[in-house]
Amino acid sequence: MNLVLLHPDDNILVVAMPVRAGQALAIDGATVMASGEVAVGHKVARRALAAGDKVLKYGAPIGSMTAAAAPGEHVHMHNMKSDYIASHTRQATGEGQ
Amino acid sequence: MSIQGFLRADGRKGIRNVVAVAYLVECAHHVARTIVTRSDDPDVHLIGFPGCYPNAYALKVMQAIGTHPNIGAVLLVSLGCESFNREALRATIAASGRPVETLVIQESGGTAETIRKGVEAVARLKAVADQTARVPMDVSELVIGTICGGSDGTSGITANPAVGRAFDRLGAAGAACVFEETGELVGCEKIMADRAITPELGEALEASVRKAEAYYTVMGYGSFAPGNAEGGLTTQEEKSMGAYSKSGSAPIVGILKPGDQPPTGGLYLLDVVPDGEVRFGFPNISDNAEIVELIACGAHMTLFTTGRGSVVGSAVSPVIKVCANPETYRKLSGDMDIDAGRIMEGRGTLNEIGDEIFDLVLDVAAGQRTVSEALGHQEFILTYKAFDPIGPACLPLRRAS
Repeated sequence: MNLVLLHPDDNILVVAMPVRAGQALAIDGATVMASGEVAVGHKVARRALAAGDKVLKYGAPIGSMTAAAAPGEHVHMHNMKSDYIASHTRQATGEGQ
Repeated sequence: MSIQGFLRADGRKGIRNVVAVAYLVECAHHVARTIVTRSDDPDVHLIGFPGCYPNAYALKVMQAIGTHPNIGAVLLVSLGCESFNREALRATIAASGRPVETLVIQESGGTAETIRKGVEAVARLKAVADQTARVPMDVSELVIGTICGGSDGTSGITANPAVGRAFDRLGAAGAACVFEETGELVGCEKIMADRAITPELGEALEASVRKAEAYYTVMGYGSFAPGNAEGGLTTQEEKSMGAYSKSGSAPIVGILKPGDQPPTGGLYLLDVVPDGEVRFGFPNISDNAEIVELIACGAHMTLFTTGRGSVVGSAVSPVIKVCANPETYRKLSGDMDIDAGRIMEGRGTLNEIGDEIFDLVLDVAAGQRTVSEALGHQEFILTYKAFDPIGPACLPLRRAS
């Protein structure tokens, strides 16, 4: 099983085994094609998400979408953000964000 | 395996009998380190504070660690002109019944002569510490800390909740269990407050997280490193929810600040974010600073969960490394005590790993060396902070006995 559902209310799934581009993913009885590689520990959308939607993991909000994502699509810094304190990457460090 | 603790004058018991060599300013660091290196003994450890300006927090933490149950004796190494109150530190350690000596480099003939005297002093101190009585020690007398470092998307699914299971068992057996880093609880403050044993404590828990959020906002970064993002974590609150699962499911009985000792068993939050205006920089500049604060609260050992792969240990109290990510474990198995990542691959359950951690805690308390301990890891870092005393709602009533 590639994807883990941590809480019934969650709208994302956690990748437990590496996902390859084009791989068929079983999500809630439907089959979707993975649009790209997703590494272990990362998240994919469980259902269609729109900009502004709260992302739920462990049944708790962990941030908001900044762009839409289709089921099976990688959910990460390119399409979601913190509702508290902005995250940073090594590239952005020191550039004043 | 039964635990034979080192009995201290205050009634607390240690699981190690360390001779600490403490530098009281960076200028004495080289001399102190050389004394430790030449002593060539796995139970002689280097600790210290680098600053030349006085700081009440640093003195409190050094006093707490100098009288930690795992410490058998202390050698203080001072340059001579720094602000650190070496007399107060020495008096506290001496009052705890431990042998303590001080060497002041400016009065001891300089580097070479102080090193020579220091090596002799360590041998003397160790001979006295070796006379410490060994007595049976119960699980309920243990203080166990937990920290996560190098977290990734697996941490909150495997290692952290597995530590939570171990914490539930340890707390039920009467041990004091301490989780920390309020900056990594931003986003779970409401859920956490619901677990407090009193409404007042719940309010104090929420306030501690609000303080952390305000502090980190001023600093410009949350407690979130680039490696966290590479490992699949996207936001501070996502990292928080994963980190929070280390606390298990027991009620929260109190809040500690660095240097406070838990008065009873049960689950405590250690508030590591300074009080008052933002000063002195980031609350904890690295994981090691948090481990030192857990030790200052009496932690006999620390359960360290890691996804990306931290290799650190600590002076004074052993660190048990619980690896969350199976790929990391394959790369760094020589640095890990527990392979919790096998949960990801269906080769173990949270309860099984939780039991494995619990059993290892007892073995390490009985004398078994952890992996980082055997590798010689003795990281220690202490920097400037300022704290107000904990409020009246923060602690449970002291045990009657």
